[in-house]
Amino acid sequence: MFAYIIRRLIATVPVMGVVALFVFSLLYIAPGDPAAVIAGDLATAEDIARIHAKLGLDESFLLRFGHWLWGVLHGDLGVSIFTNLPVAQLIGQRLEPTVALTLTTLAVTVAFAVPLGVIAAWKAGSWIDRLVMLVAVLGFSLPSFVLAYLLVLGFSVELPLLPVQGYVSIREGFAPFIAHLILPSIALGLIYGALIARITRASMLEVLSQDYIRTAEAKGLAQGEVLIRHALKNAAVPIATVIGIGVALLISGVIVTETVFAIPGIGRLTVDAILRRDYPIIQGVILLFSAAYVLVNLAVDISYTLLDPRVRY
Amino acid sequence: MAAVELAAPLPRRHWLTEAVRRHPTVILGLLILLAIGAVAVLAPWLGTSDPLAVSPIRRLRFPAAAYWFGTDAYGRDVYSRTLYGARVSLQVGLGVAALSTAFGLAIGLLTGFNRLADGVLMRVKDGLMSVPPVLLAIALMALTKASLGNVIIAITLSEVPRVARLVRGVVLGLREQPFVEAATAAGTGFLRTLRRHILPNTLAPVLVQATYICASAMITEAVLSFIGAGTPPQIPSWGNIMADGRSYFQLRPYLIIFPGVFLSLTVLAVNLVGDGLRDALDPRLARRL
Repeated sequence: MFAYIIRRLIATVPVMGVVALFVFSLLYIAPGDPAAVIAGDLATAEDIARIHAKLGLDESFLLRFGHWLWGVLHGDLGVSIFTNLPVAQLIGQRLEPTVALTLTTLAVTVAFAVPLGVIAAWKAGSWIDRLVMLVAVLGFSLPSFVLAYLLVLGFSVELPLLPVQGYVSIREGFAPFIAHLILPSIALGLIYGALIARITRASMLEVLSQDYIRTAEAKGLAQGEVLIRHALKNAAVPIATVIGIGVALLISGVIVTETVFAIPGIGRLTVDAILRRDYPIIQGVILLFSAAYVLVNLAVDISYTLLDPRVRY
Repeated sequence: MAAVELAAPLPRRHWLTEAVRRHPTVILGLLILLAIGAVAVLAPWLGTSDPLAVSPIRRLRFPAAAYWFGTDAYGRDVYSRTLYGARVSLQVGLGVAALSTAFGLAIGLLTGFNRLADGVLMRVKDGLMSVPPVLLAIALMALTKASLGNVIIAITLSEVPRVARLVRGVVLGLREQPFVEAATAAGTGFLRTLRRHILPNTLAPVLVQATYICASAMITEAVLSFIGAGTPPQIPSWGNIMADGRSYFQLRPYLIIFPGVFLSLTVLAVNLVGDGLRDALDPRLARRL
């Protein structure tokens, strides 16, 4: 198993290589000359040429890619065009709210969606099943920012129960921290939960029709035990897969959710960077999110060996 | 002799009633789509005014008889803008679905049959698929000028890898099937095999996938426009209307609610039709991302 983890880790290197190449090309093709921006309005052509040479902007594509990649591997993501601060530092300052929001949403959504999917499959055709599936269909159709606004209108404006927007660090108290995360988490998590519940239900339905489930019931095992130990365990691999793949929805959603709720995280940073065409920041964010996504799915791949002893490598 | 009382013959239902009874959700979806399509086509004749006309004296009016959906911060009529917005969403949804299906099919077929192309293109696909789709579209939009065409291209590029992967998987499975082997053994040419045996079998899953892509493309367009990286701000798209309403939504929630409801209903309708297609074409076909 250890060898398998190493092999899978190595297999992510070419994937991240393609991502890095793509992200670098983004800055390479991007309109505008960074040297002219740095030199300022009063610069002469010679000044710009000098900065060009200093930054290595005249070198070939591959050489520049090499230099850039070397920097990235040492934690240097370049400098923001607009604020002139290192991108790594800007991202670092904004990391906490985004991580808090995504992890809370991930944990809460999985904790709700998997049991709901299991119950829907167990009571297939009942009103619970129909309700769960109805919510799932709605979840796929309500864009997260529309849902976010509806939630704010309902629970912050009409019924002033929860804060309209903003973020409070957990260091300033647990209650306000959670209060500020409730609405964003629901808005962000609904589509993710819909996906997980749907796959859980489908996967469970397939397992529940197997002969060994009938055997388990025939020998008098309690319903709960049949459902959890015999069915869910065998349905776990597709569920784990979709929990991993669905993180893409969380990452896409966090950009919009942070905008609606004015959460000072990486999503907000991205939107500001887009409006200012601050390419180094956009690059850094894409690189970071993609790396996180690849790592999550790597973890899911590795979890297969724990979930299903038949999976051997 | 007592008359033999015959049971009344079962009333023959009209095929439409039958369809409604069996697939109520699909019919509902189709009806909503028809309505939205009609709104998009007939927008100029549905009591709308110029969706771009700015009028500072009537800014931020609440919905009333004169302005059914109210007016926005520039005094533009939200009703007109919302109806015209249907055109943008439908263009993006259908355009992206058609383009990404065409390219995805071509690449999927190529990689399913050619080892060299498979090796190269699948590495590219792995890389592109590890960038979440909305981020990929944002990156592409950041590079180009904002235009409806560029929005369609950017979303298409982020969806193509998924279609290609689906088609490749189906092709790899089909190649091992006895009927394909039989066709080859009978001397059928490669192109004919492709056309007669492979392509028809990929259509069902691709068609289902295309409806889901259509739905997600409409959401992605709205997201891109909402954060300012999508359709040019002067074009009334649902995302743009909501972006304009962002700063006022506590006082003027209708600026978000009307376009939001239209967008959600349209996406819901496409999803309902997609679910119906999936159940009709292949009950085992799982929903893919």
